[in-house]
Amino acid sequence: MTLSNPGLVEKRRGEIALQAKENGAGVLGVSGDWTLHSKAPGAAGMMSAIDAAESVRSLTFETSDLTMWDSTFVTAVLQVMEKAKVKGIEIDLGGLPSGAQRLVALASAVPERQGARRTTSRDGFLVAVGKGWLDFQKTSLATITFLGEATIALARFSVGRAKFRRVDFMIAIEACGPKALPIVTLISILIGLILAFVGAVQLRQFGAQIFVADLVAIAMAREMAAIMTGIIMAGRTGAAFAAQLGTMQVNEEIDAFRTLGFSPMEFLVLPRMLALIVMMPLLCIYANILGILGGAIVGVGMMGLTATEYYVQTINSVSLFDFAFGVFKGVIFGIVVALAGCLKGIQSGRSASAVGDAATSAVVMSIVLIIVLDGLFAVVTSILGI
Amino acid sequence: MTNITPPPRPHIEVTGLDLRYGDFVIQKNLTFTVGRGDVFIIMGGSGCGKSTVLKCLIGLKPPAKGRVQIGETDFWGAEQQQREAMMRGFGVLYQSGALWSSMTLAENVGLPLGEYSNLSPADIRELSAMKLSLVGLSGFEDYYPSEISGGMQKRAGIARAMALDPEILFFDEPSAGLDPISSKLLDDLILELRESLGTTIVIVTHELASIFSIGNNSVFLDPITKTMIAQGNPSELRDHSPNDGVREFLNRGKSHEDRSGPSSVSVKNAEAAT
Ligand SMILES: Nc1ncnc2c1ncn2[C@@H]1O[C@H](COP(=O)(O)OP(=O)(O)OP(=O)(O)O)[C@@H](O)[C@H]1O
Ligand SMILES: [Mg+2]
Repeated sequence: MTLSNPGLVEKRRGEIALQAKENGAGVLGVSGDWTLHSKAPGAAGMMSAIDAAESVRSLTFETSDLTMWDSTFVTAVLQVMEKAKVKGIEIDLGGLPSGAQRLVALASAVPERQGARRTTSRDGFLVAVGKGWLDFQKTSLATITFLGEATIALARFSVGRAKFRRVDFMIAIEACGPKALPIVTLISILIGLILAFVGAVQLRQFGAQIFVADLVAIAMAREMAAIMTGIIMAGRTGAAFAAQLGTMQVNEEIDAFRTLGFSPMEFLVLPRMLALIVMMPLLCIYANILGILGGAIVGVGMMGLTATEYYVQTINSVSLFDFAFGVFKGVIFGIVVALAGCLKGIQSGRSASAVGDAATSAVVMSIVLIIVLDGLFAVVTSILGI
Repeated sequence: MTNITPPPRPHIEVTGLDLRYGDFVIQKNLTFTVGRGDVFIIMGGSGCGKSTVLKCLIGLKPPAKGRVQIGETDFWGAEQQQREAMMRGFGVLYQSGALWSSMTLAENVGLPLGEYSNLSPADIRELSAMKLSLVGLSGFEDYYPSEISGGMQKRAGIARAMALDPEILFFDEPSAGLDPISSKLLDDLILELRESLGTTIVIVTHELASIFSIGNNSVFLDPITKTMIAQGNPSELRDHSPNDGVREFLNRGKSHEDRSGPSSVSVKNAEAAT
C-alpha cells in the first residue's frame, strides 16, 4: 500500500487465531493492532474463538505479532479471564507483553467490593406499584411533617421566639418584591388588555361596551391578580427557593445548621415564607391596578369610552369584599409557593440534577396547588353565595 | 508523643454500632471508646464509611443498631431535644467545608456565637476574627466562601467548628487540600486546643504525618469485612498490629514493592491470587 498521506500510518487490523492441541492446551495468537482506533475482534472475538474450540482446558497467549495495544486489549484480556474462570479454563498470562501483564494485575488488585455493585433488575408491574405506594406514603408523611413544622415555626414567630437572620428576611423581601415588579407589571397589563379585548368583541354586539370595565375589574380582583402573581412567584421565587435550599443540602450547609442547633425550618424556611406573606398582598394590589389600567387602555383607547366613565364604572362594579378576597387568596398562594419551594429544596438529593428536579417539582407543585385551591375557593364562595 | 492517662469515664463510648444506607451495610459491629482529651483518629480506605461513622457520632445519621454513649447519656436513645442540646457541645468540620454560602466568613463564625452567647456584635466580630486568625485567615473576615480557595474554605470551616469552644471537635479530613506548612500549623493548633482547653478531638484523616504526630488513639475501618480491624495508638499499630493491612496502610504500603494506594488494604491477597 502506498502512503498517499504520509501523516497517516496504515493501521494493521487486529487478528486472532486459536490453536488447540490434543491435550487441551490452547494457544491464542493475537496479532496486529489492538487499539481504540484500529479494528480488532475485541473481547467478543476472543470469546467466540475460545467457545469454538471446546476441548481447550488451558490457555496461553502468543503475542509476538502484536504490533500495538492499549487498554481495549487489556479489557478484552480481563473479560476473557473472567469467562475462563467460569468455564474452568486455566489461563497463563506469561505470553502477554509485560506492560499488559502489569495493567491486568493492577486492575485485579483491589477485588470488587461485595454488595457494592448495583443490580439493575427490572421490577415487575406489581412490585413497581407496591414500591410506588410505599414511596407515596413516605413522601406524604414527610410533607405532612414539614407542614406541621412550618406551622410550629410560624406560631413561634408570632410569639417572638423564632430565630432567623433579619438579613435573610430582607433578601427574600427584595427577591419577591422589587425584583418581581417588572414581570408582574408586564403580565398584569397584558392580562387586563386581553380580558378587555375578549370582552369588547362580545359586548360591542349589544352596544354594552361600558361593561368591559366591570368585566376587567371583577375578573382581576377576584381571580386573575391572585392567580397570575401566584404563578409568576411560583416560577420566579418558588424555583429559586428550591434551588437555593437544594444547593445548601448538596453542600452540607443544612447539616451544619442542624448540628449547631439552628432549625432549618426557622432559619431558612420562615424568612422566605414571611417574605412572601408580606409581599403577596402588595403584589396582588399592584397587579389589580395594572390589570385595570390595561383594560382602560383598550376601553378608552379603542372603544371610545372616556377615562372618567371607565373609572366610575370600575369603582361601582367591584366591592371591597371582592378585592379583599382576591388579596386573601394571593396570600394563601404565596404561602403555597414558599412551602412548596422550601419543601422540595430541603428534600432535594445531593447532586446537581437532584437540585434541578427539586426546582422543577417545586414549580409544578405550586402551580397545581394554586389552581386546585382556586377551584375550591370558587366552589365554596358559590355555595356560600358570596 | 505525650501519653495522657485516661480519666475514669470515656468521653465517647460506641458499642456494637451498625450503619446502613437502606439495605446497604456500610459498617457493622463497631466498638470503641474515645477518652476525654483524646485525639482520636478514624482511618481506613476511601469509601469505607468514615464520614458515615462521623455523621452518626454528631447526630445526623441514626445507627441501624448499637449504642453511642456520650458522657453519661445514651446519645441516640435520648429525646430529640436532649440530643440537640448535646449537639451544641460539638464543633463539626464537614468534609466539604459546608460554610454557609450566603454569609461572610466572619458571619459564619459569628452566627453560633450570636445565638448562644450574650456578647455584643462588636465582641462577636472580634472573637470571630480571632478564630479566623487561628487558622491563618486574618484579613478574610468579609470574604464570601465562594471567593476563597478550597483549602481556605476548609480552614474557615475549622474556625467555625471552634466558634463555641466545644467539648468535642469532629474534623472530617481537615488537612485535605492544605499545603504541608498549613497542615503542620493545623496539627499544632489541634494539639494546642487539646492542651489548653482539654477538648476531645475526633478526626477522620489519611495524612500519615499528622496521624502519628497528633493521634493518641485510633480505630481502623476495613471496607472488605465492613468492620473495624484495629484500635489503639497509631504508632503502635504501625509497628505491632497483627493485621498486615493496617501495618501496610500506616507504612504507606511500603511492605510491598507495589505502588498500591492506601485503599488497597488487601492487595496482598489479590496479588497472591493472580
Ligand atoms: N447518602 C448515601 N446513600 C447511600 N450510600 C451512601 C450515601 N453516602 C455514602 N454512601 C456510601 O457509603 C459508603 C461510605 O461513604 P463515606 O462517605 O462514609 O466514606 P468515607 O470513608 O468517608 O470515604 P472518603 O475517605 O472518600 O471520604 C460509600 O461506599 C458510599 O457508597
Ligand atoms: Mg469521607
